[in-house]
Amino acid sequence: MTEQNFDPKAATPFLCSRGHPGWLGLTYSDHGPDWVELELPWREDLIGDDGMRVLASGPILSLMDMASGLAIWRKMDAFQAIATLDLRVDYVRPAREGAHVFGRSQCYRVTRSAAFVRGLAHDGDTEDPVAHIQAVFMKIGGETRELPDG
Amino acid sequence: MVDALTPYAEALGIALEQWDGETPVYRVEFAETVEGRPEHYHGGATGGLLETAGYGVLRAELKKRGRAAMLKPINITVQYLSAGKSRTSYAKGRITKLGRRSANITVEAWQDDPARPIATAVMNVLMAAPD
Repeated sequence: MTEQNFDPKAATPFLCSRGHPGWLGLTYSDHGPDWVELELPWREDLIGDDGMRVLASGPILSLMDMASGLAIWRKMDAFQAIATLDLRVDYVRPAREGAHVFGRSQCYRVTRSAAFVRGLAHDGDTEDPVAHIQAVFMKIGGETRELPDG
Repeated sequence: MVDALTPYAEALGIALEQWDGETPVYRVEFAETVEGRPEHYHGGATGGLLETAGYGVLRAELKKRGRAAMLKPINITVQYLSAGKSRTSYAKGRITKLGRRSANITVEAWQDDPARPIATAVMNVLMAAPD
């Protein structure tokens, strides 16, 4: 893959093959010119508070962080190193038990040094989200990483 | 159990490090489960550690006061201050305001020096009546 053509569908399996996103089992769901949607599968051991069989908020934060990164790379059309600067998550309702959660993030502005995103998490219906997010990422000086499989 | 971790926190590798007075301090060792770009923490994993420390300090305070509540997240804002490197991270929360229905909590995460946090968070948590 060249840096002129960042394809989220092709890149997600590699980026989510290991590390934290791999542990969560994030997979590609959909994308547009400036947005990416990832899927977080339901997992018994990712539940939060005792007594409630509801997905913890942490995995949703990770899902949105990752979807936001991919949305930025899509918008920039380059796989350049970025780091989260500020991430806000509003948890508007619990995800349904056993539901897969989708995280859709849109990069609405890229400047020379920063990238701005907004997005939502839902469990099947984008009109009835689980969470809303807003975040800012910083570009990390000049590093462009290589993805395998030209 | 005040120091009981959620299944999510345990699966991520978070553990109680020590009690700093009445405040629990949590740690997570660097491992592949928390890794983002090579040799660095993923922002989501750091967020999970911060959140766990936030709930931990709130549960401890509620227990001290004899209050039972189901904790539900309202929101969290995380500030990432510097890259989390490939070593142990720690986190500790402080209750800024404990209300009847909600609590406002600030949390800091650090690696080598507690005075140089790698990330901070502000959380609002709803305390619902137990079923």
